[in-house]
Amino acid sequence: MAARASRLTRFNIAALALGFAFLYLPIVILVIYSFNASKLVTVWGGWSLRWYGDFFNDQAMLAAAWMSLRVALVSATAATLLGTLAAVALSRGGHFRGRTLFSGMLYAPLVMPEVITGLSLLLLFVALDAERGFWTVTIAHTTLTMCFVAVVVQSRLGSLDRSLEEAAMDLGCDPVRAFFAATVPLIWPAVAAGWMLACALSLDDLVIASFTTGPGSATLPIRIYSEVRLGVKPEINAICTLIIGVVTLVIVAASLASKLSSARGESAAPL
Amino acid sequence: MSARRIFTRPARIAVLAPYLWMALFFLVPFGFVVKISLSQTAIAQPPYLPVFDLAAGWSAIKAAFVALSLDNFRLLVSDNLYVLSCLRSVIVASVSTAILLAIGYPIAYGMARLPKSWQPLAMMLVIVPFWTSFLIRIYAWINILQHDGLLNKILLALHVVAAPVVWLSTDTAMFVGIVYSYLPFMILPLYATLAKLQPSLLEAAADLGASPRRAFWLVTFPLSLPGVGAGVLLCFIPIVGEFVIPDLLAGSDSIMIGQTLWLEFFTNRDWPVASALAVVLLALLLLPLLIYERLQRRQLEGAQ
Repeated sequence: MAARASRLTRFNIAALALGFAFLYLPIVILVIYSFNASKLVTVWGGWSLRWYGDFFNDQAMLAAAWMSLRVALVSATAATLLGTLAAVALSRGGHFRGRTLFSGMLYAPLVMPEVITGLSLLLLFVALDAERGFWTVTIAHTTLTMCFVAVVVQSRLGSLDRSLEEAAMDLGCDPVRAFFAATVPLIWPAVAAGWMLACALSLDDLVIASFTTGPGSATLPIRIYSEVRLGVKPEINAICTLIIGVVTLVIVAASLASKLSSARGESAAPL
Repeated sequence: MSARRIFTRPARIAVLAPYLWMALFFLVPFGFVVKISLSQTAIAQPPYLPVFDLAAGWSAIKAAFVALSLDNFRLLVSDNLYVLSCLRSVIVASVSTAILLAIGYPIAYGMARLPKSWQPLAMMLVIVPFWTSFLIRIYAWINILQHDGLLNKILLALHVVAAPVVWLSTDTAMFVGIVYSYLPFMILPLYATLAKLQPSLLEAAADLGASPRRAFWLVTFPLSLPGVGAGVLLCFIPIVGEFVIPDLLAGSDSIMIGQTLWLEFFTNRDWPVASALAVVLLALLLLPLLIYERLQRRQLEGAQ
């Protein structure tokens, strides 16, 4: 009977084929043109790696990439710590005072327009007289991405079988030890997925970084954006392809890791 | 039963760090936005000072304490530019969300009907573009839509058009960009509810004589409404404040509120008006934000 329910109609197949073509074709075209030897982006002049060479000689672009990478690593790590704590509090803390406000503060940034988040953080940094640059962008990204980590980890905690935690307590663990002995091994794929998501979001962010950074410390998206505004350049295609390559590698590694953990009887982490 | 209660106390201690962090870096900043939106533009923006000069910010805040006024909001209401950009944002977001729903639903529905073993792969395929940079995906479309880009080449080769069509800097390009960027946000919540649907319900409808089409509208669609709501809010709210996509793909003759805010802040260096715009934008989105927050909370905490 289940077979009948999952039988695909021609309409279903067409929707899937067109949908995935729409999602992937632009990226595939971008990647192909990054290997174009011609200086004109739209004329095909044979395969070449010259634009990749250009990127690795572009000091300003490399500096921006390095800045982005540092921000992503530090902010994702901080966001994972804070987000996991928040998820634990929301799913294990019962009904503490201020819980509604707390969950409101955690879920709002997921959809809040970035111009608002960026502007408000900037005004705070100005009021605190903080020097804008690496740390202000890192704090801003931590604030945004910890909410995503919290959601990913919380949905894993919610689907967790509590009997293992209870068994650990019955065997004499105090709550903190039980948490590290029973809960952490079960949620680590979600925590890892949250860390990677935080990294990806931080590497991707243009608007919040534009508001919170200072002169002389542009992130990679800020550099790319100012180049893109001037028109299409083959070097940008090469940089974008490199970023896509790195992100794809990370996702494949993540899905392999979560498959490994699901092979040990755990379900894969969301996202 | 014991674990639930014994975990409570440490979990409440664990909340302190993220709570303080979010209060300081999310809640308090809104206070500054409101305060500065009420300050005098002239006092808050001394001439000859670069935008990143800290002194300008300090005096802006000090000015906010001494001279609160509604001048900025009066300016927003009286100047057509701001009213129109608000209106345009809401219209663009509504139209885009409707297109997203119309495109995303059939895809999510198809995914939910794939054989169970294929579904994780399909979900992965939807998520991967979400991980690749937002800016890169818009840039990919600039490649395609530019004057001598791929789309015009194909249309010319097929003799659909006689001369290259202008795609960039039009609303069409902007809608394509928005739909492309937000499609995963629409598909994923739809798929999540559609995949949970019991096949036996459709069988019962069929047994009772409903055609597949009737069964869809009577059973599947009403049951997928929570997913529709989540997808619509997840797209609508950020699109209203969208900056990058309209900036890179749409024309400059009419702009959205996110662009206006950006312009006031970075180009005109008028922080008080930019803050007032942020307050207006937030007010526009308050109701959808509250509904979204409730949905999210119910979804994440409902099971417990």
